[in-house]
Amino acid sequence: MSGHTTELVVFAVLFLVVSGMGFVAARWRRPQNIESLHEWGLGGRNFGSWITWFLVGGDLYTAYTFVAVPALVFGAGAIGFYALPYTVVVYPLVFLVLARMWSVSHVHGFVTPADFVRARFGSPTLALVIALTGLVATMPYIALQLVGIEAVLKSMGITGHLPIIIAFAILAAYTYQSGLRAPALIAFVKDTLIYIVILAAVIYIPAKLGGWGSIFDAAQAKFDATPVKTDGITLNAANQLQYITLAFGSALALFLYPHSLTGVLASKNRGVIKRNMAALPAYSFLLGLIALLGFMAIAAGTKPIGTDTNTIIPRLFDQMFPDWFTGVAYAAVGIGALVPAAIMSIAAANLFTRNIYREYLNKQATDAQEAKVSKLVSLVVKVGAVLCILLLDPQFSIDLQLIGGVIILQTLPSVALGLYTRWFHRGGLITGWAAGLAAGVWMLYLIPNPAKGKAHFGGSAFALEKLGLDTPMTVYAGFLALAVNLVVSVLATLAFRAAKVADGEDATSRGDYFADEGDPRVKELDLSASH
Amino acid sequence: MTTREPGQPSSDRSPWNWLLVLPIALPLMTFLFNADEPRLMGFPVFYWLQIAFILVGVACTTIVYRMTR
Repeated sequence: MSGHTTELVVFAVLFLVVSGMGFVAARWRRPQNIESLHEWGLGGRNFGSWITWFLVGGDLYTAYTFVAVPALVFGAGAIGFYALPYTVVVYPLVFLVLARMWSVSHVHGFVTPADFVRARFGSPTLALVIALTGLVATMPYIALQLVGIEAVLKSMGITGHLPIIIAFAILAAYTYQSGLRAPALIAFVKDTLIYIVILAAVIYIPAKLGGWGSIFDAAQAKFDATPVKTDGITLNAANQLQYITLAFGSALALFLYPHSLTGVLASKNRGVIKRNMAALPAYSFLLGLIALLGFMAIAAGTKPIGTDTNTIIPRLFDQMFPDWFTGVAYAAVGIGALVPAAIMSIAAANLFTRNIYREYLNKQATDAQEAKVSKLVSLVVKVGAVLCILLLDPQFSIDLQLIGGVIILQTLPSVALGLYTRWFHRGGLITGWAAGLAAGVWMLYLIPNPAKGKAHFGGSAFALEKLGLDTPMTVYAGFLALAVNLVVSVLATLAFRAAKVADGEDATSRGDYFADEGDPRVKELDLSASH
Repeated sequence: MTTREPGQPSSDRSPWNWLLVLPIALPLMTFLFNADEPRLMGFPVFYWLQIAFILVGVACTTIVYRMTR
């Protein structure tokens, strides 16, 4: 404990400064009235390029990513580097899709992806399915942010759950008060700290370890010495397809998460989104460097605390940096957990309010009632996340998050393809969703992890030999599940049409998908004027 | 700068959009670069080339944005 005093002081000071900012954020770009979801939940829908860049970047690149990706590289090598192509591929992939989503959402006042699905396919049931999928996928993601903070606290010698409960109570309080403005303001600090820490790490640590060449050589030597065939600093026949499908599947899934869309919908026009698609890869560069910290930990001979490989990067910092800078690095990870946790809980709360509360419990809800319910639900969601960590094995959250990625992909036909085509029948989409979900969970169930002594839910790499194919190749389970979903959606749509089952009304029109700021239809949504 | 005239384009179609395929396809063709040599500043090609693909992605999205706005 005594060896960590400096770190602890720096960490605590930075954490408190940021918490103060969270409370002050309610006054930032002050609205006339914060009591509506467009204000509390989407920050007034008026963020420009810079704020959006920090907000979305702070949201997508979470503390857990910073801890888990290098831990994966440390343990398995090249396969863990999938995070880089994943975040290179995603932006050109969604460049046009998100602009359409922005337009149609601003014309119709949508706050969640399920709002869009409801209007597009005229089906409250399909919207409920999409909303529940989003909630289930997001909840463990919030819990995982706590795992990130826990890894840092553990490295400072702090055990027990009280500090985490305090941290989340503070987070819950300022999110309640300031809504999306709080993470938007804090994201500036978080991202700045992360950039400083990582750039220092990739210059300073390799210099101490004899350069990048010897770091990679040390990693290769370690992987050569292990009996496992799937590790190494390059890919092999068994995991190459897994690498490609995992990167591509994760890219498809990223903007289906409700919290990713929250940041996008909060921006003020289509140009902001498109400029951000060109500028956000700056974070991918950072993520690539962070992944390589895993190799540095190998070269430096860093050992995790117990069997918790998530502590490997905090341990590396502790070993390499002077105490005060380690404190800064730990604060960067800790604060890095707060921004996404806040946005995720806001997104989950919005889903509940718009697609369950207003749909089924109070059809005549006013703006103020919606905001109130969302604020309360955001508290409930955070309590739930803390309970997940306190009552369940943290490993369970990691498993759930793995499942979350696979199941959120199953909303792709309704949400993403729905922006392009109205061809699918609402019944077909529900059938496809169910089939994809069942296939995905079944495949995940069949994946063992011998290293952790688990027979089921041991990872996302599904061995094709389980389907009777004679090959050592593995593939990302979510990718196969999505294929099942698409095929069933098409077949079921044809079947519903043939049986002449009534389809829903489409409340959107073609022009809605291209409307931009300044368009009279978008202007109707100018909320500050309507209050 | 960002505010448009009320007369909106009624489509987002453009031949420039095809440029977006490049940064999507290139990083997924691992067979092209799944190797240790040649190294650049100590980085195996598998790593430095994928980091370089970030620049391809930025360039392509920037060009498409500028040509279609």
